[in-house]
Amino acid sequence: MIHIFILDIFNLRYGEVILSDYLLEMKNISKSFPLVKANDRVNFSVKKGEIHALVGENGAGKSTLMSILYGLYQADEGEIFINDKKVNISNPNKAIELKIGMVHQHFMLIPPLTITENVILGMEPKKSYFFTDIKKAAQEIKELSEKFAFKIDPWAKVRDISVGIEQRVEIIKVLYRGAEILILDEPTAVLTPQEVEELFKILRSLKKEGKTVIFITHKLNEVMAVSDQVTVMRDGRVVGIKKTSTTTTSEIANLMVGREVLLKTDKRKQKPGKPVLRLEHINVINHNKFPVLKDINLTVKEGQILGIAGVEGNGQTELVEVITGLRPITNGKIFLYEQDITNLNPRKIRELNIAHIPEDRRKRGIIPEYSVAENLILGSHYRPPFNRGFSLDFPSIYNHARKLISDYDIRPDDKDNLLKSLSGGNQQKVIVAREFFGEPILLITSQPTRGLDVGSIEFVHKQLLKERDNNKAILLVSAELDEILSLSDIIAVIYEGKIIEVMDVADAEKSKLGLLMTGASQVKKSNEEESHLK
Amino acid sequence: MSKINQKSHFYLVILEKITPFIAILGALFIGSLVILLMGENPIQVYKMMFGLAIGNRDGWGNVLFRATPLIFTGLAVAFAFRCGLFNIGGEGQVYVGAFLAAYVGFTFTSLPAVLLIPLTIFAAALGGAFWASIPGILKAKTGVHEVIVTIMMNWIAASLTFYLALLYKAPATESMKAAGVQQMIPHTSEIAEAARLPRIATILSYFNIQFPSHNPLNVSFFIAIIAAVVIYYILWKTSLGYEIRAVGHNPMASEYAGINIAKNIVLAMVISGALAGLVGTNEVMGYKFRWRQELFLNLGFNGIAVALLGKNHPLGVVLAAILFGILSYGGALVNIFTGGKIPRELIMVIQAIIVILVVVADEIVKRLIIRRKLG
Repeated sequence: MIHIFILDIFNLRYGEVILSDYLLEMKNISKSFPLVKANDRVNFSVKKGEIHALVGENGAGKSTLMSILYGLYQADEGEIFINDKKVNISNPNKAIELKIGMVHQHFMLIPPLTITENVILGMEPKKSYFFTDIKKAAQEIKELSEKFAFKIDPWAKVRDISVGIEQRVEIIKVLYRGAEILILDEPTAVLTPQEVEELFKILRSLKKEGKTVIFITHKLNEVMAVSDQVTVMRDGRVVGIKKTSTTTTSEIANLMVGREVLLKTDKRKQKPGKPVLRLEHINVINHNKFPVLKDINLTVKEGQILGIAGVEGNGQTELVEVITGLRPITNGKIFLYEQDITNLNPRKIRELNIAHIPEDRRKRGIIPEYSVAENLILGSHYRPPFNRGFSLDFPSIYNHARKLISDYDIRPDDKDNLLKSLSGGNQQKVIVAREFFGEPILLITSQPTRGLDVGSIEFVHKQLLKERDNNKAILLVSAELDEILSLSDIIAVIYEGKIIEVMDVADAEKSKLGLLMTGASQVKKSNEEESHLK
Repeated sequence: MSKINQKSHFYLVILEKITPFIAILGALFIGSLVILLMGENPIQVYKMMFGLAIGNRDGWGNVLFRATPLIFTGLAVAFAFRCGLFNIGGEGQVYVGAFLAAYVGFTFTSLPAVLLIPLTIFAAALGGAFWASIPGILKAKTGVHEVIVTIMMNWIAASLTFYLALLYKAPATESMKAAGVQQMIPHTSEIAEAARLPRIATILSYFNIQFPSHNPLNVSFFIAIIAAVVIYYILWKTSLGYEIRAVGHNPMASEYAGINIAKNIVLAMVISGALAGLVGTNEVMGYKFRWRQELFLNLGFNGIAVALLGKNHPLGVVLAAILFGILSYGGALVNIFTGGKIPRELIMVIQAIIVILVVVADEIVKRLIIRRKLG
């Protein structure tokens, strides 16, 4: 009801406002796909020189709307105006002509080429008929970089630069093509907290130079930190338009989800029980002869969540793979209670009742071409009650599916749907339902809420806390500091394959964790050591 | 989210299922243009072709006879493909499987039919399975791509079996002896009577059903149908099939779920090879009763086309194999009845066009579906 009310207010104002205030207006945009109405009479307006956040859960229609603006899709209905002039954006080239640029979530760069070569790809400045004027291009890119504080070297090869820099290259690509309106699709999803800060600085300098930024996200703290105006979408409709300075995260969250959302998880105090998982001096050397885990010692107890904080790529993936039998250990031992489970194969590990929510849902967690029912038995498909003798037992597979679909509210509630047709949140629910089934004694969860919307995150968090309160031991790996902080009892910080600090959640502060995660304290320590030596 | 446009989605699903039929019609159309260029009436040619092939029992018998080996090799390709493996080695697996069947058939001549027939069938499957297990093991253990290995294994099989055929060459016949010449045909001795599969004509004559006795259709056709049913059952009703398809769709997730990828790759190749090897039941046990290389020429490769047209589904494979049987037999007859004006090569052209169109149509439908769904 609230959102209808807000819409009404908006419409009233809409009549009064002088239209030329807006650089970009999308009016009454509708777009249907076979199973959904992705955009339903959407009105979206952006003023020149503002940072406009477009928020909504997955599947709310944000990406569709922006794809229409960028010419990737054609709207079924509706009109687009730029500077009060009606435009027809039939393809991305047309959008670029109109000075609209889009930075996609997944970067499209060619690693062996330099930054300059990547930027000019497709519109190389010509010296003569055959030769590219690469120096001129590099100079221009350098100027852009200085103007907007990108801090990049035009001659660096893309394969040598970090993800954060790659994103800047994508932004430069768009600016180089003369964009005035920049669309950023979930730009922070791949960045570390420090890189996010850097990105925000860049966005502010873009704004200062008069560029207009549309920022697609579902992370509310980012909305508050950087945007001027927020448009909230749900189920293909605009359900709220807010000035950032006059709204709150919980208001936006409620608009996004359409009901009250608890952003904070309430956690009961719990006394941890016996140690369940014990890692002793784990060392792993990967196939490039590079040590990826260095002398890891960790213990997870009953009724306890141990959170592993760290910037991605510091050994978390390997740590989880080692415990779940997916990667051999070079040195060290792993115990489940008193049993040595070092280097057992994944099936044996599963049979010991260790559940695993993998970090990359689509790569490891599901078989997209299998149905919901088939995915719900993945890993236990070979034993009773799902398999008897040589044949699968379909009645019990289907019963199992029906039960879990209703217990975990998997939508749409059809066991025969192929998993690839489900939203990311529902795919994750399938994984959570499957892994929590059968009373596991230890849960290894990695990035359990990655790419999920607010409602699904809340759900997964509740489930994890419920399992913890049921005296399960849980190892939680997450790149989201907030998640680690709100769920864990103990936090271990991993950096370059080493656990550099273990602390009680009560002693953990976000800023301190951030520093530990990026190795800043390590550098300091080694500096101190050096100065001691002097 | 509101559910709208379900209808158009439904049409797309149907469209996806019937692309092979569209491709067949398209190929026949292009073929008819070629026939027109040759100065013949395409309608009459097609009428003659289909009339001769499936207008009478003898025609049907020949069509199914020609379809039988393609069912085996088509199933072989389809099964391996379900595990994400591209088995190009059907050709070699056919040679080896059929040779082993022939060897058992002409060696253990003293056994009764009730033992020798199953033993010979088993030998055919075993030969193919063994030949396919080598690329399977190499892929599983070292990651060598199965396409490279199976292609090379084809060459080895062709030369090896040809050599063996000369080694076990049939003795000279009486007339050859009388003329004082040696056996010049590179084929093996005939297999024992007790190793031969009965012709359908023989069986039908017990029931007083008219069927020309020269018709080569034999019991092997039923073995092929049973194989198709068994493969369907394995793929979709057993945990083995569940694992094999899982590995084919997403090896990383399979590994995560505790599925042994190496084991499944080897198993899929072995079963695939066994299917290819079973071609020996038709050509050796039911038709010529000996091993001769030209009998098997291109059966393995045509199996790839059959699997593609049949969308890697056992039922589709059977139907596609029958279609190829119709084209091949009908084409041969048209060639004869038009006095060579319509060459049988035309049929090969049509077959090739069908395959190309199926691939193209598949891609187009896939893109339509992606475009209609969220991009």
